Amino acid sequence: MSKSISELFNTDKKLVSIYFTAGFPQLHDTVEIIENLEKSGVDLIEIGLPFSDPLADGPTIQESSTKALRNGMTTELLFEQLSDIRQRVNIPLIIMGYFNPVMQYGVEAFCQKCEDIGIDALILPDLPLREYQLHYKEIFNRHGLDLIYLITPQTPEERIRAIDEMSNSFIYMVSSSSTTGAKAGFSEENQEYFKRIADMKLKNPTLVGFGISDKNSFDQATAHSQGAIIGSAFIKHIETQGIDQISSFVQNLKA
Amino acid sequence: MSKFLADENGYYGEFGGAFIPEMLYPNTEELRVNYLEIMQRDSFQKEFKHLLKDYVGRPTPLYYAQRLSETYGTKIYLKREDLCHTGAHKVNNTIGQILMAKALGKKRIIAETGAGQHGVATATVCALMGIECVIYMGEIDISRQAPNVARMKLLGATVRAATSGSKTLKDATNEAIRDWINNPVDTHYIIGSVVGPHPYPDMVARFQSVISEETKKQLLEKEGTENPTHVIACVGGGSNAAGQFYHYLDREEVNIIAVEAAGKGVHSGESAATSALGKVGIIHGSKTLLMQTVDGQITEPYSISAGLDYPGIGPMHAHLYNSKRAQFVSITDAEAMAAGKRLSELEGIIPAIETAHAFAVLEHKKFESDDIIVFNCSGRGDKDLQTYIDYFEL
Repeated sequence: MSKSISELFNTDKKLVSIYFTAGFPQLHDTVEIIENLEKSGVDLIEIGLPFSDPLADGPTIQESSTKALRNGMTTELLFEQLSDIRQRVNIPLIIMGYFNPVMQYGVEAFCQKCEDIGIDALILPDLPLREYQLHYKEIFNRHGLDLIYLITPQTPEERIRAIDEMSNSFIYMVSSSSTTGAKAGFSEENQEYFKRIADMKLKNPTLVGFGISDKNSFDQATAHSQGAIIGSAFIKHIETQGIDQISSFVQNLKA
Repeated sequence: MSKFLADENGYYGEFGGAFIPEMLYPNTEELRVNYLEIMQRDSFQKEFKHLLKDYVGRPTPLYYAQRLSETYGTKIYLKREDLCHTGAHKVNNTIGQILMAKALGKKRIIAETGAGQHGVATATVCALMGIECVIYMGEIDISRQAPNVARMKLLGATVRAATSGSKTLKDATNEAIRDWINNPVDTHYIIGSVVGPHPYPDMVARFQSVISEETKKQLLEKEGTENPTHVIACVGGGSNAAGQFYHYLDREEVNIIAVEAAGKGVHSGESAATSALGKVGIIHGSKTLLMQTVDGQITEPYSISAGLDYPGIGPMHAHLYNSKRAQFVSITDAEAMAAGKRLSELEGIIPAIETAHAFAVLEHKKFESDDIIVFNCSGRGDKDLQTYIDYFEL
């Protein structure tokens, strides 16, 4: 039985969530990356379904997506690669992608596959709250999937409250007004925002993402949250060091 | 309220909406909440009309094309958007949006451009207003549209190369959106067509609707009726068509013809005929018809005209297509080039190659002698001279 996302948060330790793009660096690295991440002590994994036009992402994730697609990654292939993943790992798994590939696969069929595989939740940044509530929430929930919402420094308080109300596992707190991987380290202004959100005493825990690359930024991001999400820096690491050097990256964060 | 215009949530039938990441929510929300009220202000209308008249040169003529009419045995009028300042209809929208940006207190403008026409029209209004301007353009387009890059620079704009993905218009649009995510407070994004998240398709269509508003009055003077039997315009994203169709959408007696670029042939694999080849999906924040793989990856279109090679169409046009309110015609590169040459020889008007696609309909469709056809002559061909030279070996 795999661990659920909500169980994950029954701890005081700061959680590490890692994003990687499926199909990168090599087409069939997906399972090995997931296994190595679990072995390295990561708490949560976001598997990126590559998209041709990833609007919310900076250059590192864009380029990894372009290469993954060029390598031949498809939605169907990712599901095939993950088909026995629950016999291999217990760590909570999230699929992160853009809405169009999900729509083309068929939202119902996509959710069914996720349920069969044992995916815990989805992050689809360009599926807006309203559309989700009106058309898709029922389908997601029927397949035991949660949709993780993003908030940013510009998100108004009442919208944050509404998102908190809708969420069941955690809230993805975008650290600053930026695309992924854009900024290094956090200003006082960023930290005030982290504190402001913490002071709202939301019912859901928060994980901070965007702009976290090393131990220093990880510690800053998690001073007022339950953990942080690292994507671009991890992708750069496996691109240069290889997927068998994952534990060194994770150890540095947790040191 | 027209059933062919956006509802309050930005939907045209099943198309439209705002499929944007949360990072863009505050920007688009600010615009959505304010755009109609700002556009209705007397001060806004006064300045918009003043600039369209004295700066753009409106109203543009509705010209009766005598020799073209004789050639095809029907009555043909040209709405001369090619005579607008900067050479195309694009400036109607950029004038409107720069005033919108000012009303919202924005200090910086960004825009995407493909061939460079919208980039030039944006750089122009930024120069006019003394506002900082950054234009995103695909790296490949920068190298093939050097004169427009030079124009934008001369007008004081910064041109930034989009080096991701296929390095063309759709990637330039992605980069502009990313810039907006990174600069959510002081920056306004001037989208160049009736695409993007709500309220852009509606706002841009409203700014361009001056085209059909003038057409109605001018045709009444010349023909004693506001309604032609046919309005015809080319569609890439679809802003010139939206403007030309706007006030005729609910007049069922007016036939609407939208012309798409078939490139080397609709099924050649090198085409931009979105309605024929596209499926419902999400592109640049809007649910519409778009060209994509079975896996939902957006594909790169092709047309000889840089202004028509966009993989989607505006949600308004997707709805006109699905509801059958408009007839969609696909025109190949060769047909468009021939039509451009014909218009040049018969009327002394060298059209943009985008515009030439619309005129090629005359070879496809037989019109009656008492039909009254209005073409949106959306842009002039100066920017395409090199393509004409190469194609016809001039």
